[in-house]
Amino acid sequence: MLAPFGFFYLVFLIGPLLYLLVAGFFNTSLVKGGLGEWVGLENYRRAMSTEEFWTSLWHSMWFTVLTTVPLVLLALVLALLTDRFSQGRWFFRLAFFAPFVLPSSVISLMFMWIFADQIGLAQSWAKSLGSETPPSWLGDPDWAMLSIAAATVWWTIGFNFVIYLAALQEIPRDVHEAAALDGAGPWQRIRHVVVPMLGRATTLVTVLQLVASLKVFDQIYMMTGGGPDRATEPALLYVYNTGFTEGRVGYASTVSLVLFVVILLISLVWFALLRRTEKEG
Amino acid sequence: MRDRPPPPGTPPGPPPAAPRTAPTRRALLRAAGALGATAATGGLLTGCGTAIGQGFTGGAGPASKLDFWNPFTGGDGARMVEMERAYRERHPGIDLNATTFVWGDPYYTKLTLATLGDRPPQVAITHLSKIPTLAGAGLLREIGDDELAAQGMTADRFDERAWQKAHHDGALRAIPLDTHPFVLYVRTDIAKKAGLLGPGGALPDVDGPEEFLDALRAAKEVTGAWGCSIASTKDPSTCFRLFWSLYRQLGGQLVADEGQRVVIDMAAAEEAFAYVQRLTREKLVPTGVDSPGAITLLTSGRAGFLLDGVWQILAVQDAKVPFDMRPFPRIFREAAYACHADSHGLVLPKSPSEKAQRADTALEFVRSLLDASDAWAGGGHVPAWLPTQRSAAYRKLEPQSHYAAAADGAAYDPSAWYSGAGSSLHNRLGDVCASVLGGRTAPGRGAARMREELRELAATPSPL
Repeated sequence: MLAPFGFFYLVFLIGPLLYLLVAGFFNTSLVKGGLGEWVGLENYRRAMSTEEFWTSLWHSMWFTVLTTVPLVLLALVLALLTDRFSQGRWFFRLAFFAPFVLPSSVISLMFMWIFADQIGLAQSWAKSLGSETPPSWLGDPDWAMLSIAAATVWWTIGFNFVIYLAALQEIPRDVHEAAALDGAGPWQRIRHVVVPMLGRATTLVTVLQLVASLKVFDQIYMMTGGGPDRATEPALLYVYNTGFTEGRVGYASTVSLVLFVVILLISLVWFALLRRTEKEG
Repeated sequence: MRDRPPPPGTPPGPPPAAPRTAPTRRALLRAAGALGATAATGGLLTGCGTAIGQGFTGGAGPASKLDFWNPFTGGDGARMVEMERAYRERHPGIDLNATTFVWGDPYYTKLTLATLGDRPPQVAITHLSKIPTLAGAGLLREIGDDELAAQGMTADRFDERAWQKAHHDGALRAIPLDTHPFVLYVRTDIAKKAGLLGPGGALPDVDGPEEFLDALRAAKEVTGAWGCSIASTKDPSTCFRLFWSLYRQLGGQLVADEGQRVVIDMAAAEEAFAYVQRLTREKLVPTGVDSPGAITLLTSGRAGFLLDGVWQILAVQDAKVPFDMRPFPRIFREAAYACHADSHGLVLPKSPSEKAQRADTALEFVRSLLDASDAWAGGGHVPAWLPTQRSAAYRKLEPQSHYAAAADGAAYDPSAWYSGAGSSLHNRLGDVCASVLGGRTAPGRGAARMREELRELAATPSPL
């Protein structure tokens, strides 16, 4: 039964990954056949000494911080609020989850209109709130990443929200009743009963969110192309630029592999930390 | 796979024999199985003839099949389909299979990989600024004078600059189709109100650094918003084109030796940047608009001028406002007139065999496209084929013929593996220029940043 799956896994995942690992030691080129010449650790040395590599990695991390925190906290708050409705819960579930169904190209186009200079909604809102010269949301290096992060939060919050809502519904009513009988107020119940019981959901949500945010590409590629002044260029876009625009496949392979290891390490460390606190709890 | 007519001379096959009695489920299943088997063997037998079959076997395919790849969508795409139709009508024996891909990296990676994998199309479109990379990697077949002359194509019938740019290492690698310069769009109604139009409604004289600024000031007074719009958000290429046009008019060069040596003229770069910053400091040009936004500012009357590529003519025409076009103004006189330009050319990607290359058929097709380039000119591109460029019909084409002279000052990208349409050179240097335009970087610092970027690119190992 495993054979068909194993075959595709080997051909489309393990195979390319091995090729990536090998190509990282060659000066493989997109415009030439074969692997090219062996360059040893040259690609790694070059990546480590290239400023753009580090800034793009930093942009990926910064984007992860900007999105993961609200995407977890806000999703939890929305789920807690929605859970209080006994009727019409389906409406909120649908409303918060709906944006998640949209393809990245659609939300990019929508937010490019919203964030547009002169004609965009975001600038006119800022003006009505009293800002005389609203920032160029996607055109100002200081604001572009924040704007993209805000769009991403709106777009993907539904997924975490649904997981939290499902976990909330798993908590038996008696636990709430027992806590209430013991004299715990609503806030205490959330703080000391509900949130600890959501531990496993939180682990799942944060790990998935970390991985998803660290490999951000689509919406940035479409909304700013990494600009202005490369202020929003994430690591994957750097891989794309060096690999496809410049045709330096060997070097791009090296960077992808480093990114792969970074994402793996961050996820593992985070996972281990959560596990330990859970056990201590 | 689109636009593929049924191969001529193949009548529809006989309809499948209908079962006389009501079919049982088992009979139906058996019939379906047999049908599938026939289709499979049939597919194998004729496998070399189909695109999928060729993909697997790498066969040359029938001599009557001609694959043509291009990156044209929108108005250009529609025109290209029209030109292909003209070819099909005249050559019913050739099965022209035209395929359109998304412009930019998606197109060039596919063209490159298909050629490396011995499955290239017989003819493909490329930007001439990409010739150093494609020809340098050995992906393009040289085109000989004799075979070209056999189709009536000779050097003297092509625009000289485009013809030069189509060469690499002394050999012709592409047949130029057009030149598309960076030009100035003018709202004639605004220019008139601003008192910029000369007698007879002639175009304003905006050459010279002060003269151009004066014209923008006058236009700004009429529009109440901006003098001229230029895309600077998410459009590094446009910013690069602006810088390069000014910088070349000052006689500057960026790199030499196929991009291995940086020869930037710091004083000229700083001067060009200083001028760029004058445009925005006086708020004659907006700093935060993207490409569609820049066009909208012109068409909605909030800017009197627009600096952009000729291919935007369709978008401006669609707005149904009075406008005209002219070459990028001559701001500086330190060197010969220059404006950024690129060209589309037709290349013959290297095939594994002469049988698969089908150079004669391919060149015949190229000639047919050139003959139809009056249709192409409608999309804004200046035809490189002189019989069209010098025709009375083109001279009457307005406003297209008004900027044809810009092709004589065509300043192509410097020759390097990292330059050309949508390249790292455009992205990196365009970013610097956008930063200067936006007032975030001083002119001197901009020139220094540009030198740093170029040094980094020049020191990067070439993928060629």
